[in-house]
Amino acid sequence: MNGSRTIKVDTLARVEGEGALYIKMAGERVADVKLRIYEPPRLFEAFLRGRHFSEAPDITARICGICPIAYQMSAIHAIERALGIKIAPEVRLLRRLFYCGEWIESHALHVYMLHAPDFLGYQDVIELARDHRPVVEKALRLKKIGNRIVQVMGGREIHPISAAVGGFHKAPAKSQLRELVSELEWALETSLEAVKWTSTLEFPDFEQDYEFVALRHPEEYPFNEGRLVSNRGLDIDAAEYEDRFAEFHVKHSNALHSVVRGRGSYLVGPLARFNLNFDKLPEVAQKAALQVGLKPPVKNLFRSIVVRAVELVFACAEALRIIGQYEPPAAPRVAAPNRRGVGKAITEAPRGILYHRYAVDENGLIVTAKIVPPTSQNQKRIEDDLREYASHLAAWPLDEATWKCEQAVRCYDPCISCATHFLKVVIERE
Amino acid sequence: MLILGCGNRQRGDDAAGILAAERLRALGLAAEVCVGEAAELMEAWSGVDDVIVIDAVVTGAPTGTVQVWDGQRPPVFATSAGSTHGLGVAQAIELARALDRLPARLRVYGIEGKNFEIGSAVSPEVERAVEDAVNGIVAEVKAGP
Repeated sequence: MNGSRTIKVDTLARVEGEGALYIKMAGERVADVKLRIYEPPRLFEAFLRGRHFSEAPDITARICGICPIAYQMSAIHAIERALGIKIAPEVRLLRRLFYCGEWIESHALHVYMLHAPDFLGYQDVIELARDHRPVVEKALRLKKIGNRIVQVMGGREIHPISAAVGGFHKAPAKSQLRELVSELEWALETSLEAVKWTSTLEFPDFEQDYEFVALRHPEEYPFNEGRLVSNRGLDIDAAEYEDRFAEFHVKHSNALHSVVRGRGSYLVGPLARFNLNFDKLPEVAQKAALQVGLKPPVKNLFRSIVVRAVELVFACAEALRIIGQYEPPAAPRVAAPNRRGVGKAITEAPRGILYHRYAVDENGLIVTAKIVPPTSQNQKRIEDDLREYASHLAAWPLDEATWKCEQAVRCYDPCISCATHFLKVVIERE
Repeated sequence: MLILGCGNRQRGDDAAGILAAERLRALGLAAEVCVGEAAELMEAWSGVDDVIVIDAVVTGAPTGTVQVWDGQRPPVFATSAGSTHGLGVAQAIELARALDRLPARLRVYGIEGKNFEIGSAVSPEVERAVEDAVNGIVAEVKAGP
């Protein structure tokens, strides 16, 4: 097809929040791709200055209604490193359980309600619900069990309040966690079904040569701890993050673009975790993946829906394992006295690695804060993907090409409410 | 009866629903605060017959306009632009309709906002509109179903 065109998606639906995507085509060549997003975390960095470190978990939890725990966890770990605090092993397990709740909520929402409609030919989950009611009912029940874990651990569902620097304000009773078991067993079975079901969907033939970046822990699938590794030889402590990754401003977006220094864009999130940590998944999750032919390296981003389902299996199995061996800690929290220091930490939010750095003074007041959310880190990678993907769509009618590009962006489950504000996609053809 | 104020306090006029819920509480009415995400809303109103939802909206009306919709009627407002999530109040109502999870009575008080920037203040028109919405709800509660 000759001439140029522009693909615009004015309101990119089914991403968490909103942003804008603009693609300019000159014939079959992609002339320009711009993902334009706003970045609240930058403003939160300013809110945090001058506040006591103990307030950081609650303040940063408000950055996102979907992944508040990720923000709390990265904040808490970074501050604990600044203060030189070591937490009890039982508390560490409780934090993993807390994270399981958030992953279940977030992945259930994305797999069934935000992403599945793309593969089944529906505009949204409302249309999906009219034809496939049991699918949506399952999603809601799964999401609810995630909520319940967060509620037990956090005190309330949205913006949990119980996690603190040094541990938790209070630890749950054994009986509170036991009550979750039967629903979690149902959730595990349902997640296993989800792996099978998502693997039968039709995926566009689109593989890219990604640099996958994720945490890696010697014994477990990563949540709160581990070294930061990639398939291209990266292997660093969180403290070295800013030495190896660079952020730069681009004119068209409020968010900073992230690159691996000397290399370029990279991918964080479920695909990166799965490809780099397959051997650390529990047997039940590994088997489920292998049964449907899913094994690392998965290079087709559209298959991330299957990988998210595998991670749902993991999160349910891990929650059951932790609850099964739970003994309430002698003290839910260790003291966190004021001390001057700098701490940096990375945890695995549902959408990928979330980096926090804090400098605190001798009174415990935050001097500087830095937050790099997963969606900003994927932003350049999304543009790189779209540059390639849109060129395959040059001959398609504009509305279908636009729809396809929206779908490609949704594979990232971009949490635009932490990385951006309005998402609108525009494809322009001259 | 359940009264739910939805929104995000950090996003300018999107705080409208939360401010209204807080004002109602100060007046002695039980009102809950929530983000406004679809699954959360359906969970909150499950088993309740009579529900009022308050949220910031963008419909093109002058800032500070308060509109009241009957949730049982077919879709009346397209988006709740202030909502920070893909599935907001409007989608919650439509999803609940598709799943037979709509309360028997549901009214949505929409407060027209204009500024949803992170960290910005609530517009004066919206502050006044919160009072109007609160007065409307108090009158409605007093009148009974």
